[in-house]
Amino acid sequence: MYDRKTVRRRRAVLGLLVAGALILLTAYFGESAGGGLHSVQRGVFSIVSPIQDGASRALKPIRDAVGWVGDTFSAKGQLADLRKQRDQLRQNVASGEEALRENARLQGLLNLDTTLNLKQYSPVSARVIGVSPTVWFATVNIDSGTGDGVRTDMPVINDAGLVGKVSVAASDAAKVSLITDSSVQVSVRVAQSGVSGLVQASVGNPDDLLMRYTSKRDRVLPGQRVVTAGTTSSRLESPYPPGILVGTVTHVDDAGTDAQVVHVVPAADMHRLEFVQVLTRKLNGNRP
Amino acid sequence: MTAPTPRLVFRLTLLGVVAVIVQVAAVGQLEIFGADADLVPLVVASAGFLCGSLTGAVYGFAVGLFLDIALVQTMGVSSLLELTVGYGAGRVRELRDPQGALVPVALGAGATAVAAIGFSLIQFLLGADAPVSWILVSDILITILINAAIAIPVYAVVRRWLTPALPDDPRRRRRRAYTTGGLSPLSRS
Repeated sequence: MYDRKTVRRRRAVLGLLVAGALILLTAYFGESAGGGLHSVQRGVFSIVSPIQDGASRALKPIRDAVGWVGDTFSAKGQLADLRKQRDQLRQNVASGEEALRENARLQGLLNLDTTLNLKQYSPVSARVIGVSPTVWFATVNIDSGTGDGVRTDMPVINDAGLVGKVSVAASDAAKVSLITDSSVQVSVRVAQSGVSGLVQASVGNPDDLLMRYTSKRDRVLPGQRVVTAGTTSSRLESPYPPGILVGTVTHVDDAGTDAQVVHVVPAADMHRLEFVQVLTRKLNGNRP
Repeated sequence: MTAPTPRLVFRLTLLGVVAVIVQVAAVGQLEIFGADADLVPLVVASAGFLCGSLTGAVYGFAVGLFLDIALVQTMGVSSLLELTVGYGAGRVRELRDPQGALVPVALGAGATAVAAIGFSLIQFLLGADAPVSWILVSDILITILINAAIAIPVYAVVRRWLTPALPDDPRRRRRRAYTTGGLSPLSRS
């Protein structure tokens, strides 16, 4: 069908391309974040990000329309569950209100400001302009970068809780690795009991985080809130300020053993990230 | 197999840029049964199928590289996978020349499987430290199914966009000749 010359040429080009891709992969993986390929990537990303930003805004109505259809189906399925939850919550409200009043009195007595007061961390608001399509890289691109004071490893939150951290910062855009990304680990503690551990992603499932490295004596119960622990070791500084809500415990595998794994549903909805805030200032080395 | 014309190169470039931008800015944010569609392997496979294995391989490499840059992820991974997709789709056409309305569906499902499974395998080889569950497998399967479902319209759009720049293929020329009556064996009787 084809002469030998054509076949040889085709194989040569294919070989060159495969070799090129492998060399690129090896070089990129081996070099530091300040290396040549990373710099080229950041440069091109700076050029591409305004286009992404424009496309993201232009295509928002389409996303919203598809999202609305999906939400309608999902809402019908959730209706029965939510009615049961509503009845349960009504009972909880009564006891919760009493607890709130008591809490307010104690706060007044101790003169403690228990609110996070995030303004002190100089938050920078940003819009999500791109999302990674793979299940491995749970990352989003945002439209704020080094020009706005955003730097690598800065924590990213939204109104619900911790979202992730900045993994790459270009001049006017940045890449945020979500807490559901396989490369991100967060030092956390259970708010109610103080049990500490490390939260990491369950690859492919953005609705589940795995809290590990708890001991068998640590008792963790469904419904308890998990928050960032901040810096707990003098040698290893955490990028996350203490007390930011990470999620809520759903269930515990192998409870009461050293291998127990606590499943946590993230507080922030990773499916619908539109606006986030980057905390650009670190206070007291993020110590509690 | 002829070298691509400047017109074809222009159309392929524009198609690749638009596909990556739309994927990153919109399609990647639309969840269907917990997974997303992935336009990129569909577009690369369609282009490889229409333009041949060599063009498909080069195109897959370039689109993959642009995707890696746009998503600021490890460079070379998507290039390697998409060039495999583009080359494979081209070879399917060159060796088998499959006919039938469902060819784009099979092509899209195969391309997505190569891209999604290949990506996971490379992540393992690069030492991604993460527990892997059946959810990952189901996500990949759902993505393959979604992509198979949208493969026909994507292929139709790519073909419509590239056909004016493609060298006239013998089958299409023959079909056109029959319908105009000029070269049909029936017209001679």
